[in-house]
Amino acid sequence: MGMLEALAQYGFLQNALAAILLGSIACGIVGTLVVVNRLSSLAGGVAHACFGGLGLAFLVGAPPTAGALLFGLASSLGIGAASSRWRESADSAIAAIWAGGMAMGLVFIQLAPGYAPDLMSYLFGSILAVPRGDLVLFAAVDALVLVFVVVTYRSLVAVSFDPEFARTRGLKTDMVFLAFLCLVGITIVLLMRAVGLLLVIALLTIPPSTARLFVRRLPAMMLLSCALTAAEGVAGLAAAWSLDIPAGASIILVAGVVYLLSAGLRALATARARIR
Amino acid sequence: MSIPAASFEGVWFGYPGGVPALTDITLQVPEGDFLAVIGPNGGGKTTLLKLLLGLVRPSRGRVEVFGRPPGESGHSIGYVPQITTFRTDFPVSALDVVMMGTLGRGRHLWPHGAADRAAAHAKLERMGIADLAALPVGKLSGGQRQRVFVARALASEPRLLLLDEPAASVDPGTQESFFDLLREINSACTIVLVTHDVGSISGVVRTIACLNGRLVSHGDELPAEAFGEAYSCGIDLLSHGAPHRVLGRHAEDGDGHA
Repeated sequence: MGMLEALAQYGFLQNALAAILLGSIACGIVGTLVVVNRLSSLAGGVAHACFGGLGLAFLVGAPPTAGALLFGLASSLGIGAASSRWRESADSAIAAIWAGGMAMGLVFIQLAPGYAPDLMSYLFGSILAVPRGDLVLFAAVDALVLVFVVVTYRSLVAVSFDPEFARTRGLKTDMVFLAFLCLVGITIVLLMRAVGLLLVIALLTIPPSTARLFVRRLPAMMLLSCALTAAEGVAGLAAAWSLDIPAGASIILVAGVVYLLSAGLRALATARARIR
Repeated sequence: MSIPAASFEGVWFGYPGGVPALTDITLQVPEGDFLAVIGPNGGGKTTLLKLLLGLVRPSRGRVEVFGRPPGESGHSIGYVPQITTFRTDFPVSALDVVMMGTLGRGRHLWPHGAADRAAAHAKLERMGIADLAALPVGKLSGGQRQRVFVARALASEPRLLLLDEPAASVDPGTQESFFDLLREINSACTIVLVTHDVGSISGVVRTIACLNGRLVSHGDELPAEAFGEAYSCGIDLLSHGAPHRVLGRHAEDGDGHA
């Protein structure tokens, strides 16, 4: 059965498509800021720390998303406090939280009564199992991201480009940093539904890295990142459907191929311009 | 006497666990001055600027900018940092960077508007690089970038302009016109620049201070002995030809536009 027919027939596929399109808004915007601030490893640390939250949720019988959100926010703030200044290296704090979160998750899950829950769906995503009600969550996070970025845009761009200068203009750069990190944590937990904890860092960074090859300004990079994430998400979902492969992995692979092709084309164009 | 643009009173400063970077600095910068702080690398020049900006606090003594503590008077300061650590891959245009100077005075929120854009354009025009407004900053030459950063500082509408090693990235061919621009800015704004490159400041500044952890000299002429003392070596090792003559010429020029 083709993707389009299936889409008309299956509600779960419609939900998956809607989740991808909605998720790409938050992902493209937050991902752009993560990339230009070189916070990929921080985002990776937060994503892996969320595993600890999942474990805790299973142990106490709370909703998994709530547990992940708790650990996502706590680890964001923890790393932020450890780095204390915008973008200052927090390498070891990130590593500790990264591995510590995973370890806690494993211990909690072992202690949890009954069968171990289906970990694969959290580690690698389960976009085809997103319930219709969760789409409201996706829309809410989009709204939060949009409002935050538009309202704080002037501070956000200044502090990303040159935090010391921003401080001399009286900006509380640490506050902006911590608020932004919370946004990163929330976005990661949301995207965890689509591509899983282990792959979320790729979805957050690959489309913006591709976009940066083609645009010169931050707002354009955000828009193009959103569009790329959406297109790659849909293409990845279609590929997953027709080839019967995991959707999260498929989306990431499509994004990776697009990045490699783009970077190759870019390098080719630069080389040709040089020859002329 | 009118309130000085900047004043240091018995200021000491040391980074935690280190030897004092600044020792007992007392210095007044009158409004309208064009002060060059020279001295060797590690002599505390950048720290002096950071004290004025309120980025660091003195361990002893008092720093004031227009009679107020640096943190409170930050909005009247324009800052041109050293741009050696600048990231060329950041997706911003020259105009975007200049608009960042409008941050402050309670304007920390919302995207930039038409008024910000027009103000930023005017600053780029003043620096003679309005044609570069739309270009990515990473694609500009060192000298062009330096002008963008001065324009950003001017977008803060400063009464005091601080420049950290402004000549470091300006190519020698355009250095003269760059310093002419600074002299023009100085007609409405106090300027303090720090540099280890004594040759580059010849002729434009009004006052020179010599800093090597402590203030070796301050005035409109620089005694040769102070020079040697600041750099802890003989003058002839500085290889700027005849420093005394260079600085002497500064004094004449200084009179010319005082």
